[in-house]
Amino acid sequence: MKFLHKNVSETQIRLKDRLWLYIFSYIVLFLLIVPSLVVIPMSFSASQYLEFPPKEWSLRWYENYFFSWKVENGFNDWMQATWTSVKVAVLTIFVAVPVGTMAAYGLVNGNSRISKMLFPIFISPMMVPSILVAIGLFYFFVQLKLVGSVLGLVLGHSLVAMPLVLIIVFSALKNYDMNQEKVARSLGATRFRAFREITLPQIKFSLVSSALIAFLTSFDEVIISLFVAGGDNSTITRSMFLALRDQIDPTIAAISTILIIISSGLLIIMQVTGAKENKR
Amino acid sequence: MTNSSLNISIKNVTKTYDQFHALKDISLEINSGEFMTLLGPSGSGKTTLLMVLAGFTNPDYGSVKFGEEEVILKPPHLRGIGMVFQNYALFPHMSVEQNVGYPQKLRGVSVTETKRSVEEALETVKLAGLGHRGVDELSGGQRQRVALARAIVFKPKILLMDEPLSALDKKLREEMQIELRQLHDTLNMTTVYVTHDQKEALTMSDRITVINDGELMQLGTPNEIYEYPSNNFIADFIGESSLLPVIVRNGVVHFDGAEIKLSTSPKTDGEFFLVVRPEKVFITIENSDDVNKFEGVLLDSIFQGESQLLVVKLKSMSEDEVVLRVRVPNGSVTQAVLPSAGQQLIIGLRVADSYLVS
Amino acid sequence: MSGIIAEKLNEQGLQRVASKERLTFFGLTLPYLLIVVALIIIPVGWLFYLSFIGRDGSFSFENYERMTKSRAYIRIFITTFKISILTTLICAVIGYPLSYFMSQLSRKWANICMIGVLIPFWTSLLVRTYAWLVLLQKKGLLNNIAIDIGLISEPIKFVHNTTGTLIGMVHIMLPFLILPLYANMRSIDRDCLKAASSLGATPTRAFWTVFFPLSVPGLLAGLLIVFVLCLGFYVTPAILGGGRVIMAAMKISSNIELYFSWGAASALGVVLLIVTSVILFIASKLVSMDQLGNRSAK
Repeated sequence: MKFLHKNVSETQIRLKDRLWLYIFSYIVLFLLIVPSLVVIPMSFSASQYLEFPPKEWSLRWYENYFFSWKVENGFNDWMQATWTSVKVAVLTIFVAVPVGTMAAYGLVNGNSRISKMLFPIFISPMMVPSILVAIGLFYFFVQLKLVGSVLGLVLGHSLVAMPLVLIIVFSALKNYDMNQEKVARSLGATRFRAFREITLPQIKFSLVSSALIAFLTSFDEVIISLFVAGGDNSTITRSMFLALRDQIDPTIAAISTILIIISSGLLIIMQVTGAKENKR
Repeated sequence: MTNSSLNISIKNVTKTYDQFHALKDISLEINSGEFMTLLGPSGSGKTTLLMVLAGFTNPDYGSVKFGEEEVILKPPHLRGIGMVFQNYALFPHMSVEQNVGYPQKLRGVSVTETKRSVEEALETVKLAGLGHRGVDELSGGQRQRVALARAIVFKPKILLMDEPLSALDKKLREEMQIELRQLHDTLNMTTVYVTHDQKEALTMSDRITVINDGELMQLGTPNEIYEYPSNNFIADFIGESSLLPVIVRNGVVHFDGAEIKLSTSPKTDGEFFLVVRPEKVFITIENSDDVNKFEGVLLDSIFQGESQLLVVKLKSMSEDEVVLRVRVPNGSVTQAVLPSAGQQLIIGLRVADSYLVS
Repeated sequence: MSGIIAEKLNEQGLQRVASKERLTFFGLTLPYLLIVVALIIIPVGWLFYLSFIGRDGSFSFENYERMTKSRAYIRIFITTFKISILTTLICAVIGYPLSYFMSQLSRKWANICMIGVLIPFWTSLLVRTYAWLVLLQKKGLLNNIAIDIGLISEPIKFVHNTTGTLIGMVHIMLPFLILPLYANMRSIDRDCLKAASSLGATPTRAFWTVFFPLSVPGLLAGLLIVFVLCLGFYVTPAILGGGRVIMAAMKISSNIELYFSWGAASALGVVLLIVTSVILFIASKLVSMDQLGNRSAK
């Protein structure tokens, strides 16, 4: 057991003195990842009840999800809700990314005192408790007749996605050498052209990841959707939440499995593109 | 490559940030085809002035003319200047060729003409044949050359450089100084060069503008600035020197009670400093009328390769210690008979080399 | 000379250029600012106003008075703080060693472990909450295993109570603590520890006198962000608490959904906002805002 005597830190601690830390850490990492995965076998269970491990296997919950209009408890038309969620999430990208990027550029290059003042205001959607944002929006949208509309959802979700875009693009621009834009301008480019031809290609991975995050934020958003969505425009998270609160429907396991696949996929895309950007 | 260049005329340029005066009423003429260095310690305002010339900093008021044309209100991209930044700021997503060709692309120059001018520019900076390389495959010195090629490819009449050599190691920096100067002589464009390195300024410039605290302190050739600094700041900042506090009464200079002879007697009374450059003082024994003499004790003797530096504490009645440095060239006669630490010695400074600053 | 200065060459033109520049940058931030003002500042301001409107429609403090008198509200405040503090502490106890462990690994292995932290971060909150519901319920995995190996004879009730809420919340909040803390620990200069041991500190002593104090800013950032997020948390306690654990956010929601009582909901929201703001203000004085900038609360 020679490896137990290997040094594992600057301060000459040997592995055997640290063994508890290794074991503890791996257990915690295990507990962070694995519990979510339990929904995957659940989703293939044939039983109505939540049994684990399932005694029989079937695809009925996936069937239920994809063809939910056949189901009697009419209020959760899963496909409709999914479609709304996708629509809203994609539109959220198109609002949050340009608006957030423009603001980040303005904050990085503008008067630093004004930027310092604006920054807390700009990340306030992250700081104000979501429930408060949700009921505030609800109240506001009732007046504007935006409750239950796609526009209302897009605005609400953009609000929470924008600070994330802002922070990602802001830090990308902070790490970026603005002198490059200056050089381009001294060489004859207008500010806009310098941004488009010099800056943009170099921060594009940050823009891609901020777009993915905006998508995911909107897609996973629960509370604002609970209040603002409604009627024909329920979102998938809203329908899931209502279903979870009222009864335990294994269809949710099937949807959860699909959601896990989507978010892991996006995470992998982001790690890969991020690694590419770091290499440069 | 080009022989047209423009003079630059700067008038009353003033810039204030809140309470901080970055530039105080700077007026300055830069001749056509001149290599002008803006020299000053960091935070002195020299880079701010360069940025005013480039159009990236708006002064509060003032005028900048390129030739006869007022450019102060023009945005940077219409000023037609070539510029090299401190960290080169090459575009990492473009090859060397694309970097150098970028200004031509912006100007709508045809592909064949761009190709030709890029090759020419790369040849000028001795990088011919490296056009296909990526920027990250280049060494520091090569990057520097690419940045330079990019700034001269469109034959600007004015070239601005912001501490372009500061990131290079000493040896390469000294090579590049000479090369840049030669390049300037071939291209003959008006060059404004910012640096905090006084030796670099002395090596390269036609004239030097010394800036401190946003003020223009002195403008002159390297020789003038070195030999006749206009105040103690410049005397201290340019080259090595010891400043001896002296008092002038009735046109006579006194240091610690003794009289100091000058080639021309000062016109005003008051407190001044005698500028003592280490290479201009020497150990002496003889009595001569054209040499000012100082008695002192040798504190330390430091071997520095090409010379030996002696640190001498002057005999003084006042409480303040006054220390002189004396440089003895390696291989000189004096070096063979150097005194040892603690010994008394007499230091001489020729009257012709004795110069006062305020 | 002074005569020329008085002229102030091109002053007006330069001012025009400068204000045009300022306008450009301000214009770029304008759409963002408009959205935030329209969708946060105005609605929240409106709620603030509503919180001072009594049942009869006139100005009154009754919504706030009710909070100090009603037992139900006091219980909600106690529950909210109890759950938030417990979650934060448990996260610290679990998250600190894990962050430390990751900070000692090589970059490559730390990044692999980081995926372990990020996957739950990116998995939908609802999915994770649902998964815990499946695991912890009476006929869930945990009880089944415990009964199979003979640990217990009767299933234990893990969900629809405080225990379940805490388990779910810790799982969801842990990444928020680990990310700033790990970033901080990574940035600690390892030479400090070498210096400490070269000066004769034992490893334990070097840790407590050098490493730990240097990691405090990251720990504080993590603790505060977790605590603030817990205070306003809604989804997980609503599902795993099964209606028995009522936190402030849930009361706000039920005030509106069930009783249409905007005044009461707004007042509670205002209190929540003030507590949150005070904590975040203290946090911003203690640690840089960047470290708080992680994924938003849900």
